[in-house]
Amino acid sequence: MYPENYRYTKEHEWVMVEGETGTVGITDHAQDALGDIVYVDLPKVGTRVEMGKSLGSVESVKAVSDIYAPVSGEVTEINELLATAPEKLNEDPHGAAWLVKIRLSDPAEAAGLLSAADYEAYVGEESSQ
Amino acid sequence: MGARMVDFGGWDMPVQYSGILEEHHAVRKAVGLFDVSHMGEIEVRGPEALPLVNYAATNDASKLKTGQAQYSGLLYEHGGFVDDVLVHKVTDDHYFICVNASNQEKDYEHIRGANRFDAEVEFASDRYVQLAIQGPRALDTLQKLTPVRLAEIKYYGFTDGDVSGEPARIARTGYTGEDGFEIYIAPEAGARRWSGILAAGEEFGIKPCGLGARNTLRLEAKMALYGHEIHASLTPLEADLAWIVKMDKGDFIGRAALARQTEAGIQRKLAGFEMRGRGVARDGYEVWCDGTAAGWVTSGSPAPTLNKNIGLCYLPTGKATAGRTIQVMVRNQPVEAEIVATPFYKRAR
Repeated sequence: MYPENYRYTKEHEWVMVEGETGTVGITDHAQDALGDIVYVDLPKVGTRVEMGKSLGSVESVKAVSDIYAPVSGEVTEINELLATAPEKLNEDPHGAAWLVKIRLSDPAEAAGLLSAADYEAYVGEESSQ
Repeated sequence: MGARMVDFGGWDMPVQYSGILEEHHAVRKAVGLFDVSHMGEIEVRGPEALPLVNYAATNDASKLKTGQAQYSGLLYEHGGFVDDVLVHKVTDDHYFICVNASNQEKDYEHIRGANRFDAEVEFASDRYVQLAIQGPRALDTLQKLTPVRLAEIKYYGFTDGDVSGEPARIARTGYTGEDGFEIYIAPEAGARRWSGILAAGEEFGIKPCGLGARNTLRLEAKMALYGHEIHASLTPLEADLAWIVKMDKGDFIGRAALARQTEAGIQRKLAGFEMRGRGVARDGYEVWCDGTAAGWVTSGSPAPTLNKNIGLCYLPTGKATAGRTIQVMVRNQPVEAEIVATPFYKRAR
């Protein structure tokens, strides 16, 4: 379910690091909890984001939720697909519906995030409470 | 079932099963089934049941015939809402009142407190569960399970009959803006009836529906939700519910306050709006008008049937006029919206 090569936050974002670039998205658990997604608000290319600070928001029929940057850096690309097809985020949150790519200011940051196994254990615990 | 549960007034309630959009469309186009067992029931019986109901609630229950229901309000002396309720006339000396889950204890105390009549008030929530079958195929679905001729029940009418061989109160009421039925049955029969109705509705495309779709459906139909459009600080005159207040029926709790408010002028009013800019209004967001903060959003959501983002808000009376441009503060950014006539959605009859 949760790709081994991604890192995860307790706020339900993921990041996949390739060299100096991190691709960021929200987890399957997050899209499932949100329900039908109708809007995705993303920052402009060039925006500097900071780990743990708001990066944008995801709006579903029932609620709006902040997306927090899992890593710090500069936004180099946003996923244009989500402007016209936000529902893709419900269908493929770990793949085609990534949110932004970030040029990492500190590639070591991501190593401090949760592994797939730890994240899975975390959401298992959270949903059984 | 794959239902996502949420604690709702102490009940584990499903927010959604297959998804709010799918469930919403099922109710508009076919049929949906809601478990609304959390709703409360209060029974008023006795020779002076009618005078008690008419003193405790705003609408005129003397206008009800046996087998008819009406929407009504319970108010505090100061005119604010205790709750909104459905009053059913079972017989001349027996009224059955359906109330909101989270308000049921205070509703019961309120009616009991108003009881200076020859009547008895019973807290009956433990004896009923409620299922709502809603949508254009609701009648076809339920008809398969009951000998009662459902087509003969008028809108806001009800009758006692059998559903799948067990006693039920069958009311042609609902909270979705569609045709449909709400049935009140014994708790022991609840789970069996749920699966029986789903099986009966399968050929029509029935979907089990959660609180999420219930909310988008009722909002499109501009039906009030306690805690949002109405609460203790808001009166029916403000909430665009003057039609459930019958000032000429005799005294009732809150009447004097409403008379004073009418005399002084209604200062604020509930109005519907459609978002013009990109964004969804949510409960509690500030509304601006002519450059100043003027009111607040009571409910806001995407409207799946209309493919628009809609909402309800309170505004100063003079500003709550259709066609006016307002700004909704969506996460601290003003987004343009327009006041529109309501309901947002009205089914073809």
